[in-house]
Amino acid sequence: MEEVKLLGWWMSPFSRRVELALKLKGVGYEYIEQDLANKSQLLLEYNPVHKKVPVLVHNGKTMAESLVILEYIDETWPNNPILPRNPYEKAMARFWAQFIEEKCNGGLWKIMWCKDEEERGRLVEEASHCFRTLEGELKGNKFFGGDEIGMVDIAANFIGYWLGVVQEVSGMELVTRDKFPVLCKWMDEFVEHSVVKETLPPRDKLHAEFEARLGAPSWKY
Amino acid sequence: MADVKLLGTWPSPFSYRVILALKLKGIDYEYIEQDLSNKSPLLLQSNPVYKKIPVLIHGGNPISESMTILQYIDESWPETHPLLPADPYGRAVARFWIKFAEEKLSSASMIFRTSGEEQGKAVRETVEVMEILEEHAFGSLKEKGFFGGEKVNMVDLAYGVMGRWFDAIEECSGVKVIDPLKFPLFCGWAERFNEAPVIRDNLPGRKELVDFYKRRREMMLAAAAAASN
Repeated sequence: MEEVKLLGWWMSPFSRRVELALKLKGVGYEYIEQDLANKSQLLLEYNPVHKKVPVLVHNGKTMAESLVILEYIDETWPNNPILPRNPYEKAMARFWAQFIEEKCNGGLWKIMWCKDEEERGRLVEEASHCFRTLEGELKGNKFFGGDEIGMVDIAANFIGYWLGVVQEVSGMELVTRDKFPVLCKWMDEFVEHSVVKETLPPRDKLHAEFEARLGAPSWKY
Repeated sequence: MADVKLLGTWPSPFSYRVILALKLKGIDYEYIEQDLSNKSPLLLQSNPVYKKIPVLIHGGNPISESMTILQYIDESWPETHPLLPADPYGRAVARFWIKFAEEKLSSASMIFRTSGEEQGKAVRETVEVMEILEEHAFGSLKEKGFFGGEKVNMVDLAYGVMGRWFDAIEECSGVKVIDPLKFPLFCGWAERFNEAPVIRDNLPGRKELVDFYKRRREMMLAAAAAASN
């Protein structure tokens, strides 16, 4: 009897990545919502190093770090693969997932919390360059994974959905339809995907939360 | 048989991760030393995104980012010396520690690049990282040997830089961070790593490393002083 549990937070794109992978593969799981302002004993026990979500528990074995968990899920439930089988293509997928994490998401994070106008302008230009590079990787495909969603698309979920809300709330105009038509088309396909749709947090709730938090001086997941 | 080329710089620990993996697997390759102050067309073409080393070129296909390269090597040459556990959970644990190394070891290089208060901050951050590693990562090894069991695997390679390189950095920065009394498990592992078959014959010499980092540190501090004048 398989037992799969997921410790997550409704707003976290990282825990939503894991939910998306489980749903794409039709894996049943028990979801346990965490209160990150008041961390549970369970979370502290299961992820003592980082004390963060997501944590996946499979038959009592715990693991953390969303991209690591995605690889575990793909290896354990090989139906509907999210990674290519060919080692070179797999290496490319890992490269781009890391690029999204460090350069795109990392860049956005710095912008979101930067209070200095001039510095923010410089960060936006830097991030723009990264998004241009990422856009180039679509290469005429519907998704980064080709015809179907793959690990790179899942890794880009913040860009696919959360970014739109952040831009609305903050007035940031980084990824706009006229500047990034190809990437915005990918974003449309991503949020319309039948399985992705089920895993997205409600937009109005997300909007309200970002509005509240982006005003506050320091906030972390 | 497809050819293998490695673009690297001496004595980059990231380069060495790949060199050691290739040596452990007994893979023949052509090493091409790069000049990062004057980047070659081959490097710019092979790693247009980051323009950094190491880059592995296999049958004309370039792969960059050292730990991504290591996973590629392991999957392309699976017959000899596996670099990851066979079971998915073992691999998840290994990848967790690989990610931790990728994110957290940069504070160690800051010790070498800075002085005064900034260096003090880098030292404190590195000690915090070491405490986590000692308890959670090296704590699981006990007397066993390596992350790969009796043999070195890619988690050992990810952290291998902390052994000899850190030793050299400590000497030329005048800072002692890895106290064997405070980090006995790490130190025991580091000694075993430096003595492991294949590894011991392919690490850079301690004296060469110290000399290199001494010169580099002098240049960096001089440049920082000039910039602030």
